[in-house]
Amino acid sequence: MTDDPIRVIEDKCVGCGLCVKACPFDAVVMEETEAGKLARIDLVKCTLCGACVEACKFDAIELKKGAETTADLSAYRDVWVFAEQSDGEISSVTYELLGAGRRLADDLGQSLCAVLLGSNVGEKARELISRGAQKVYLADRPELAYYQDEPYAAVLRDLVEQRKPNIVLCGATTIGRSLIARVAVAVNAGLTADCTGLAIDKESGNLLQTRPAFGGNIMATIITPNSRPQMATVRHKVMQEADSEPGRTGEIIEHEVKPEHLKSRARRVKFVREKESTVNIAEADIIVSGGRGIVKPENFHVLQEFCEVIGAGLGASRAAVDADWIAYSHQVGQTGKTVCPKLYVACGISGQIQHLVGMSSSEVIVAINKDPDAPIFKIATYGIVGDALQVVPMLTETLRKELGK
Amino acid sequence: MHCIVCIKQVPDTTDVKINPETNTLMREGVESIVNPFDMYAIEEALRFKQKLGGKVTALSMGPPQAEAVLREAIGMGVDEGILISDRAFAGSDTWATSYTLAMAIRKIGDYGVIFCGKQASDGDTAQVGPGIATHLDLPQLTYVRKVEDVYENRVVGERLLENGYEVVEVPVPCVLTVVKEINEPRLPSLKGKMAARKAEIATWTAEDIGAEVSKIGLEGSPTKVVRIFTPPARVGGEIFRGEPSETVPKLAEKIKDIVINTAS
Repeated sequence: MTDDPIRVIEDKCVGCGLCVKACPFDAVVMEETEAGKLARIDLVKCTLCGACVEACKFDAIELKKGAETTADLSAYRDVWVFAEQSDGEISSVTYELLGAGRRLADDLGQSLCAVLLGSNVGEKARELISRGAQKVYLADRPELAYYQDEPYAAVLRDLVEQRKPNIVLCGATTIGRSLIARVAVAVNAGLTADCTGLAIDKESGNLLQTRPAFGGNIMATIITPNSRPQMATVRHKVMQEADSEPGRTGEIIEHEVKPEHLKSRARRVKFVREKESTVNIAEADIIVSGGRGIVKPENFHVLQEFCEVIGAGLGASRAAVDADWIAYSHQVGQTGKTVCPKLYVACGISGQIQHLVGMSSSEVIVAINKDPDAPIFKIATYGIVGDALQVVPMLTETLRKELGK
Repeated sequence: MHCIVCIKQVPDTTDVKINPETNTLMREGVESIVNPFDMYAIEEALRFKQKLGGKVTALSMGPPQAEAVLREAIGMGVDEGILISDRAFAGSDTWATSYTLAMAIRKIGDYGVIFCGKQASDGDTAQVGPGIATHLDLPQLTYVRKVEDVYENRVVGERLLENGYEVVEVPVPCVLTVVKEINEPRLPSLKGKMAARKAEIATWTAEDIGAEVSKIGLEGSPTKVVRIFTPPARVGGEIFRGEPSETVPKLAEKIKDIVINTAS
């Protein structure tokens, strides 16, 4: 039927089956027909992702493109970074976004701007300029002291509608993701979450947004060709931080906040800081995690000491959290946190896929496990087959000496 | 209170493997399950029903086979399951999906709390919950790790932040997205399983929910996938075996530079 969004061109299909293998959704099958083997796409399972189109060497699959927009997108200019602050401190992911944003702005020949909402944060606006923001849109009101979904979304939406940015980047934090998802819907924009790659397509000028899907088993590159702004969230530690150059100059533009935008139906009753003095693992460059192989909760102190010596955050597998050995905030994995540190040390963790999903993009992975067949060893850069409770204290001492601690 | 839970059928990630020869996804015999985070959403809705009385309806947007997750929800104690299914929804991104679910919720009409799991394990975006809230102009509380109090007109919940948590009071109606810490999902009961088998799952099409054609499916999706590829497989590493007195120095040698460089 010519109405179908995707179809196999029967004349061109040779029945090689590459499309069947390429489909992440099991939506293509090979069928025997009088004309030989032909691919058939199950329109119910198909998500129109295009993997089969890419895989086919014979151009035998046609994917209908969505309607092109008639709107003038060239009115949208500049790369914006939402500067997340907590208690007046700017989160490090903001500097990483400014780093990535600088690159994109240069490729586009447009400006890099920051958006800062808060109360008495004028000083911080200057910090953003020293990190490369050429303009800082500042909304400084007592009602914006801390993040609340509705006022922040209303103010950011207002700014976007007034100033028309080309690209808006935001940290993939609890706040960032909650905020930007609301704004994207409100302004009819496309939003791509947890991007690991951002680049400008030379031909179209579109932002190429690359991210993992299926728990990191595949990567997808996404564009929002017909809508502006192009919005994306990026996790901690994925992009390089922008350098701070105190001599840099820039413009601070105070946004006139409309009173109705400051209303919030939700109300914060209180804020409780994490009691344990743990490094926020999402921001950690090194993470040491413990699993079932730690045997009992008391043994976590072995990992804790290791963390202190090498400056690491403490993580855990679901097994340790479910056994109540350690708080959920330390859990790394599919139903916990996703982390991307320079070094991830998995101690007594077998490496079930649900855990790997949360840490497999770490730069260097070290696995310490008694079981030589533990799946974790398949993705480890280095490993020791041994009892973590024996190995880790020795590792701690060895490194303590090396680091002169 | 009438609670609505939005749930999604997803492939079981444990079963999704990469074919080492072709470096592509192998999906033979991969089971479909209820999105893990949605189980916690279903459980929390059932707890609200226990506290306040009322009803729980589960909604899922998906192909006909997604009916299975609605039956699972009914098995746990959910009163009704509605499948939102239409070929016109094919190719929906989070904007179109949240719009479609919002239209279905509008059709249901009367509701208190809309529950969603924090994110789906295939898309991993965490955008649909807040998207629904925005389409319906409702307040939201995301990353809810605990509900401290629930009343007919408001919910007091704890939102998990990176550096701690905040306690927030949200008026009803609202959208809550939940994380794993919030509860322990119950197993389906025998009575529930029987109800699940017998249940009639209504299917609503795009026309049934009054969805605008330009806002659903491929056309309603501002984001478009242009390329899918498998990331380069991690090359096997160096595994040291033997006595700790031998292996530890070797490992220390390998990682000490990283530690020294990041320590500064």
